[in-house]
Amino acid sequence: MKRHISGIIITFGMLLMATLLVKPSVVSADRDLFYTYTYDYWGIERESPDAYAMNSVITTNTFGIGNLNSAEGMFVKDDQLYICDTLNNRIIQLEYKNDSFSLVKTVSEITKDGKKESISQPYDIYVTDDDIWYIADYGNERIIAIDQSQNVTSAIYKPEDEETIDADFKFKPMKLVVDAAGRIFVQAQNVNKGFMEFENDGEFIGYIGAAAVQFNFIDYVYKLISTQEQREQMEAFVPTEYNNIALDSEGFIYATIGTYDESTGSADPVRKLNAKGNDILIRNGYFDPRGDIQYGAGGGYTGPSKFVDVAVLDNDCYYCLDSNRGRIFGYDFQGNMLYAFGGIGYREGSFKLPVAIEELGDSLLILDKELGTITQMTLTDYGKQINNALLTYKKGEYDESASYWEKVLKLNGNYDLAYIGIGRSLLRQDRFEEAMSYFKLKLDYKNYSKAYLLYRKEWVEDNIGYIFAIFVVLLLIVFIKNTVQRVRREVNEE
Amino acid sequence: MMAISKDSLKEWFSHFGKTLKYSLHCVVSPFDGFWDLTHEKRGSVRAAVFIIIMTVLTNIWKVRYTSFVFIRVQWEYFNMIMDMCTFLLPFFIWILSNWCLTTLFDGKGNMRDIFIGSAYALTPYVLIQLPMIVVSNFVTFDEGAFYEYFLSFSLIWCAFLFLASVMQIHDFSFGKALFSILCILVGMLVIVFLLVMFFSLFSDAISYFISLYKEISYRFY
Repeated sequence: MKRHISGIIITFGMLLMATLLVKPSVVSADRDLFYTYTYDYWGIERESPDAYAMNSVITTNTFGIGNLNSAEGMFVKDDQLYICDTLNNRIIQLEYKNDSFSLVKTVSEITKDGKKESISQPYDIYVTDDDIWYIADYGNERIIAIDQSQNVTSAIYKPEDEETIDADFKFKPMKLVVDAAGRIFVQAQNVNKGFMEFENDGEFIGYIGAAAVQFNFIDYVYKLISTQEQREQMEAFVPTEYNNIALDSEGFIYATIGTYDESTGSADPVRKLNAKGNDILIRNGYFDPRGDIQYGAGGGYTGPSKFVDVAVLDNDCYYCLDSNRGRIFGYDFQGNMLYAFGGIGYREGSFKLPVAIEELGDSLLILDKELGTITQMTLTDYGKQINNALLTYKKGEYDESASYWEKVLKLNGNYDLAYIGIGRSLLRQDRFEEAMSYFKLKLDYKNYSKAYLLYRKEWVEDNIGYIFAIFVVLLLIVFIKNTVQRVRREVNEE
Repeated sequence: MMAISKDSLKEWFSHFGKTLKYSLHCVVSPFDGFWDLTHEKRGSVRAAVFIIIMTVLTNIWKVRYTSFVFIRVQWEYFNMIMDMCTFLLPFFIWILSNWCLTTLFDGKGNMRDIFIGSAYALTPYVLIQLPMIVVSNFVTFDEGAFYEYFLSFSLIWCAFLFLASVMQIHDFSFGKALFSILCILVGMLVIVFLLVMFFSLFSDAISYFISLYKEISYRFY
């Protein structure tokens, strides 16, 4: 009888399991579609909650203007989104209000000196505060600035500079930004001397921020011992070309280089340039910002991350777009990696050939050249807590920062930055021992040393009485021992 | 079976203590020390083994107990046997190579002398690195230069003692000792090469016989 009952139970159990397996499982969109991760001290991937969740995918077809054709550039100003629809030779302006986009206008014709002209293959656009559009008119080999009624206010052609520019050089502007003083920084095709810098009136000033020349040592030695003729046949050592440019809120230039090579190492794929063109990006993280630390050859995608664009937030976090694996890497102002997400594919939230990234409110917009779509990803609660923690720390509100980090820690126990953040705020509150334990947990030896230095000082100050007492006692023992020995010897001699 | 009497045990330990204490003398006056070590029988194999064991232990303790400010270990991938081998294998290959080559160079020392001399030359490694494990826990990252200095100092001292041991044990001049050390290092490479070749040939031979057996067994069944 007993066996009978257990048999029934087992049958029922199997039936139950079968129904569970057959039943279509509903996946929550923000959890299972993505894989967001961070790297720990050892460069091992650690899964993390999603910092950005898929919101919507925008196609321009929905506005009745046809799809994008190989769009190269995108720009966001306040709530306005400008898209360079490159092979359709037009600029599309969209407006983002109440969580939805609406078409403002498309521009494909401009008026120059009273005559109508068309834009040819616009690669990039920048819009200034007084609503002047600067367009990299790639096909017409010029940069044009147009006002609201599409009148050209100024145009920049190939600069007349015999010293630095060859006669047969074709001026093909690809990326540009305009700083607050009206200076224009341009990345033109086949220019490896850095960004071309133009004055407000279009006068060519020179190049800025040339990336260092990369060569490997063996080639260098070989070149030293080879003859002039041999040398001429060899490949020249040329500086690496930039592939994109962005401005942060303080007017510093963020630049990306797509040809990072791990073997030479030092061609940093993302840089922050000051007015002199020096790289001033802070790199205090476990690893320098260079995308994936560990990568295989999965899915046919080999090699390191290839940054194609960077978007800088107001809190100095920046997001680098990797076109190799379609991932977005977030970094804070200290160069710590916050998270990485995205991927290659046809699903929502994946990309085929991402080319541009911009920030719009709480969202990131990613332009996909091949699919002709713009993906909007919105900050989740988890991402907000991280941003709040970073912002309050930057302002100097360390206690508040720690409370945000604690919330982050509840959502992600693997998050190294949260431990270090809490440790830092404990350090500011003079709770050295607790701070040390947090730093030790995440192997942050530099901060640990800072905390330990203070802890040691405090300990010595507290215990100086005992230390002194022990010292005196030791001295006394030695003295007494010596005296006893001397007395003994004298007694023995007598 | 030999009975272990209390006296023989005491004798064993007193000899061990005396010869071990002599290593301290070797460290500070190496030329005099290494000469007497073998020629006057002031050293012993038991003390040499003890020093080697201490060196191995120092290596392990160093990884385990040094502050994470200086050494960070991924314990998932740490292999203690490998850690021990990275010291022990080169050390014994050194002794072997030393013996092989100095015999050709008219060296006076035999295998026992070389073993004792090489082991005694490791003394400063233990003497400095062992306390530095403790010290590392009381210094910060910025004071690390001081820590690093002591570590490299111990290695340089050891290298110097190895040179002195080759000179004194084999009764070599300075130049000849330097030259023979170079030859010993090359000899070590040759030994490693032979070992690797031997193992690869050996495994090839085994696989040959395995496949032969398989072929025969297929033939009959």
